[in-house]
Amino acid sequence: MSLLQVLVEALESLNSNKMRSGLTVLGIVIGVGAVIAMLAIGQGAQDSITGTISGIGTNLLFVFSGNQQVKVRNIRPLTVQDSQALGDPFLTPHVQQVAAFIQGSNIEVTAGGQQTSTSLAGVTPEYFPVRNYKVAEGETITQENLLGRASVAILGVEVADKLFNRHEGLVGETVRIEGQPFRVIGVLEKKGGSAFGSEDNVVLIPMSTARTRIVPRAADRVDIIMAQAVNSDSVVMATQEITNVLEARHRTAIGEDDFTVFSQASFLQTAATITGVLTIFLGGIAAISLLVGGIGIMNIMLVSVTERTREIGLRKALGARKRDILVQFLAESSLLSLIGGLIGIFLGWLIATIVGQIAAANNTVFVPNISLSAVLLATVFSTAIGLFFGIYPANRAATLQPVEALRSE
Amino acid sequence: MAEPVILAEGLTKVYKMGGVEVQALRGLSLQIDKGEAVAIVGPSGSGKSTLMNILGCLDRPSDGEYTLDGERVAKLNDDQLANVRNRKVGFIFQSFNLLSRATALSNVELPLRYSGVTKGRKERARQSLIAVGLKDRINHRPYELSGGQQQRVAIARALVNNPAIIMADEPTGNLDSKVGQEIMDLLLNLNRESGTTLIIVTHDPKIAAQTQRIIRIRDGVVDTEPE
Repeated sequence: MSLLQVLVEALESLNSNKMRSGLTVLGIVIGVGAVIAMLAIGQGAQDSITGTISGIGTNLLFVFSGNQQVKVRNIRPLTVQDSQALGDPFLTPHVQQVAAFIQGSNIEVTAGGQQTSTSLAGVTPEYFPVRNYKVAEGETITQENLLGRASVAILGVEVADKLFNRHEGLVGETVRIEGQPFRVIGVLEKKGGSAFGSEDNVVLIPMSTARTRIVPRAADRVDIIMAQAVNSDSVVMATQEITNVLEARHRTAIGEDDFTVFSQASFLQTAATITGVLTIFLGGIAAISLLVGGIGIMNIMLVSVTERTREIGLRKALGARKRDILVQFLAESSLLSLIGGLIGIFLGWLIATIVGQIAAANNTVFVPNISLSAVLLATVFSTAIGLFFGIYPANRAATLQPVEALRSE
Repeated sequence: MAEPVILAEGLTKVYKMGGVEVQALRGLSLQIDKGEAVAIVGPSGSGKSTLMNILGCLDRPSDGEYTLDGERVAKLNDDQLANVRNRKVGFIFQSFNLLSRATALSNVELPLRYSGVTKGRKERARQSLIAVGLKDRINHRPYELSGGQQQRVAIARALVNNPAIIMADEPTGNLDSKVGQEIMDLLLNLNRESGTTLIIVTHDPKIAAQTQRIIRIRDGVVDTEPE
């Protein structure tokens, strides 16, 4: 029999029991759909996180006080002087620019009747180029603001929207931060979401003003120092230089650094590892449902063989060889899984797209990534499952003895 | 001199049922000539069905020689036997055994599919259906046909490959006597006109009496005593 004929006959046979075929296909649809959707979402998450981190700049280094690896006593806090030392091109030739800042979270900001809670950073003029922040309107914080402890603020887009329902034409407006009036001098460009919360939900004020009026800190003390390496290749060298300078300045014992230098590269690596594991985990769960779908096919094919024993006997009496019967049943089972696979790809795409839409509606930049390899993998895998789980029932049908098969009711 | 289409010598068949060996055939020998119409009769348990299965190449004898249309078939493997069945044997069953979801035409076409015929298959199937008087029922499905019509489709299916023998197992068993007689007339007609050897397995003496020769089976051998 020709292949076309085999397929037509298999379709006819599946068609004659629509309900059963449909339910069996559903098992595969769900399995393949889950695999496609999970892989797409996992890949999308990975792209989104690594994209955000790369956006901040892979050559950015963060210096925190304290050490997570070893217990260190008498931790010296980071200071403005530390920051200045790290900016010295003779001490740290691979560091291009340094910016220190202090930060506060859950800071209450009000304007008119509106109120919001946001994170606040007390910054210096260097903060903007190092962090790659730009203002959409107005100006950034200047040295004069810093020296004069000026009550001026730059708003993130999200904060502006919450307080004023707009983020344009706000320069000159007044907001109250923790009850104290600040004049708005600028609004930041929209940055979009990141893995660490929205970067648009911030308020920036001069560090000197923050220190004295909003987040009290001892004189000269800073929370985080950001250092920008000359380029991404010099991150390792810059890290070493920063470590050397701070070890000398803090007079730390060997192996007992009281600070931590964190690079974006290690962030990136950690994030990639986490999302990679997540993807495998999600894909694994989905693969199990595909396997269950395959067992469903086997089950139905076994029922079908039992039910059609007499038909098989008749076909054999009319001259069907083992191979003819084998091919007939394998065609049915692989057709089931192929149809399921195709619908499943569509379903997976649909789920991934919907998840993407939901993410977009929540202001999160997250684009599910349906890779061709995932589609091919799912199609090949589902057809293979149909073949694999079809072999046993088909073989059982093919080896039936015609006399016994004809005798069955 | 008529040439034999079926030549069986010393056929034995031993079944194992629950550890006990049962001898269904005990060295049975018979000859059927080309163009003959014979009836095989015998009480149940006589080995009649076993003999039919072996003569129809559905099963192999435990021992003995069997030549069908010049081909020694006793030692063939499953697929070779399938091939012999396809080319040389047309089966007619008591319960018709048609594929319920296929049309009369597709049902008749089925043996041709398995023999690898690609050209003119539909036409041959159509001719076969016309030969059994079902010109107007070619695209009907079995449930749209009466019992007698269904059996006619089965006869068309048995004829379509021009087999050497037609093996009919109680062909009238599921039909009332009037329709049954019509089917018998059709079978005997085909036998007379096209010269196809007809073997009817039955326990109905009225059916058996219409054939040229009656072969009685008793205890696994041919009963030679006259009644």
